[in-house]
Amino acid sequence: MKAKQAYLETFVHGIFLILGLVTVGCVLLITAYLVISGIPAIRQIGLVPFLFGSQWASTAAEPKYGILPFILTSVYGTAGAIVLGVPVGFLTAVYLAKKAPKAVKEIVGQAVSMLAGIPSVVYGLVGMMVLVPGIRKLFGVPDGASLLAAIIVLAIMILPSIIKMSVTALEAVPKEYEDASLALGATPEETWFRVSVPAAKSGIAAAVVLGVGRAIGEAMAVMMVAGNAPNMPGLFQSVRFLTTAVASEMSYSSGLQRQALFSIALVLFLFIMLINAALNFFLKGGQKQ
Amino acid sequence: MSRKCYIRLTRLGMYLATAITAGLTLFLAGYVLAKGIPALSWNFLTTKPSYLSGNIGILPDILNTLYIVIATLIIVIPLGVGAAVYLTEYAGNQKLVSIIEYAAEALSGIPSIIYGLVGMLMFAGTFGTSLMAGALTLVIMNLPTILRNTQESLKTVPQSYREGAFGLGAGKWRVVRTVVLPGCVDGVITGCILSVGRILGESAALLFTAGFAHALNGFWDGLHSAGATLTVALYVYAKEQGEFQVAFGIAAILLVLSFGINLAAGAVTRYYRKKNAID
Repeated sequence: MKAKQAYLETFVHGIFLILGLVTVGCVLLITAYLVISGIPAIRQIGLVPFLFGSQWASTAAEPKYGILPFILTSVYGTAGAIVLGVPVGFLTAVYLAKKAPKAVKEIVGQAVSMLAGIPSVVYGLVGMMVLVPGIRKLFGVPDGASLLAAIIVLAIMILPSIIKMSVTALEAVPKEYEDASLALGATPEETWFRVSVPAAKSGIAAAVVLGVGRAIGEAMAVMMVAGNAPNMPGLFQSVRFLTTAVASEMSYSSGLQRQALFSIALVLFLFIMLINAALNFFLKGGQKQ
Repeated sequence: MSRKCYIRLTRLGMYLATAITAGLTLFLAGYVLAKGIPALSWNFLTTKPSYLSGNIGILPDILNTLYIVIATLIIVIPLGVGAAVYLTEYAGNQKLVSIIEYAAEALSGIPSIIYGLVGMLMFAGTFGTSLMAGALTLVIMNLPTILRNTQESLKTVPQSYREGAFGLGAGKWRVVRTVVLPGCVDGVITGCILSVGRILGESAALLFTAGFAHALNGFWDGLHSAGATLTVALYVYAKEQGEFQVAFGIAAILLVLSFGINLAAGAVTRYYRKKNAID
């Protein structure tokens, strides 16, 4: 009886161990699949022409596979979204965490959660119907589907993650810091921006990095508003991001073209891993304080 | 800059930013509902599209979404809960724990288009482009959500409960089964609600794994054939077919669903917090 019991315990322990390792297995599998399917095309095209080639013409008679336009578009698009989204998100977060009356905080908080829950295709749809024609009329360009439209959509999409994470960081600032600042004669506004914000800086930095990750990984909303032509980035140009480069040709690609798409995914994956490492760095920095 | 000026400026900035955030949400919700609700009709919700009659109905897409949610949850719950139990109850090796937690973090940071691509390579090869392949892809995506929420609620099970059960002579598995697992129901429910929200909103990961057919199928047939969920259908109708009326109809449905899910997640969290406080 005792031995049977011990067997059962070991068996159950083993099962839970396997279930625990599934997560690690998934990460390894995803990495392995991306590396194995991404390397061949890079080998065939050559790393430098692939990464720094400025022309993408995958279906031409003499195909060219340079993904510099996609990399630059992703970088500019993300930077633009951060420039537009972070100030708005940051100031909203300070207001919600420190100044807002309880009812306002509740309602705006609910609105932010809702913004986070809206599917990306809905953002894309509204962008297609409102932003794209709006940009065309406002700036007098032939087509409004452009980098600018994508930047605006991305800026809105990263708002909730920035706000939520910054609010959490700001609320975790010890009240003694703020009390001390107020007692020394600083006004509430000075206290929030010169004491609370610096105290919460690693959390806010993590919020920004999270926003970068969201923006660089978004595919569908961007696909619907950015125009999808493989041009070098310009504010009113029709452009392709790394994500949309993969998505837009996947359904009909074959041969080297298909392999090159996997290589683009690999590049995107490396970007994301870099961002994850940065995120971890900021979060760990917050814990040490 | 004078202090008065500084105070005015920061105040103005905060009000303006909050107004922009709230205004954008209001505009988005209002616009989608105003454009989408007129498109909704009984016929729209309960028929399938037909090229012959020019009819567009989204019943197949609704059912596909339901199937994929069910299939994903059935597979992901045991995996996520099991991993969480291992991390909080069994794991003795701190290094292994941090590796598993790091892996879960990495999974939640990977963009859905990459899931779509890898899912296509891993699952669409074996199962064909089908709801099953889509569901398996979503399982990997939602694993961290279930894992983390279960783990959080396992941490709230008082240590004294476990010690009491051990003291009465129960074995480890018995303690887990009778004391620990019942204590994590709230985390599993919250995790499930959040996962459903994520599945409803997912499109990039499903486009190449589950495909975009609109056939009307039963559960088992549905799992083995390609099918569009509501989000994918929205994308196809808006981008490929230019049926904006239909797209807005679906968008309105998705918006209402995601709002409902937010409320439900909040309500569940509050309910269990109250209950735990009383215990």
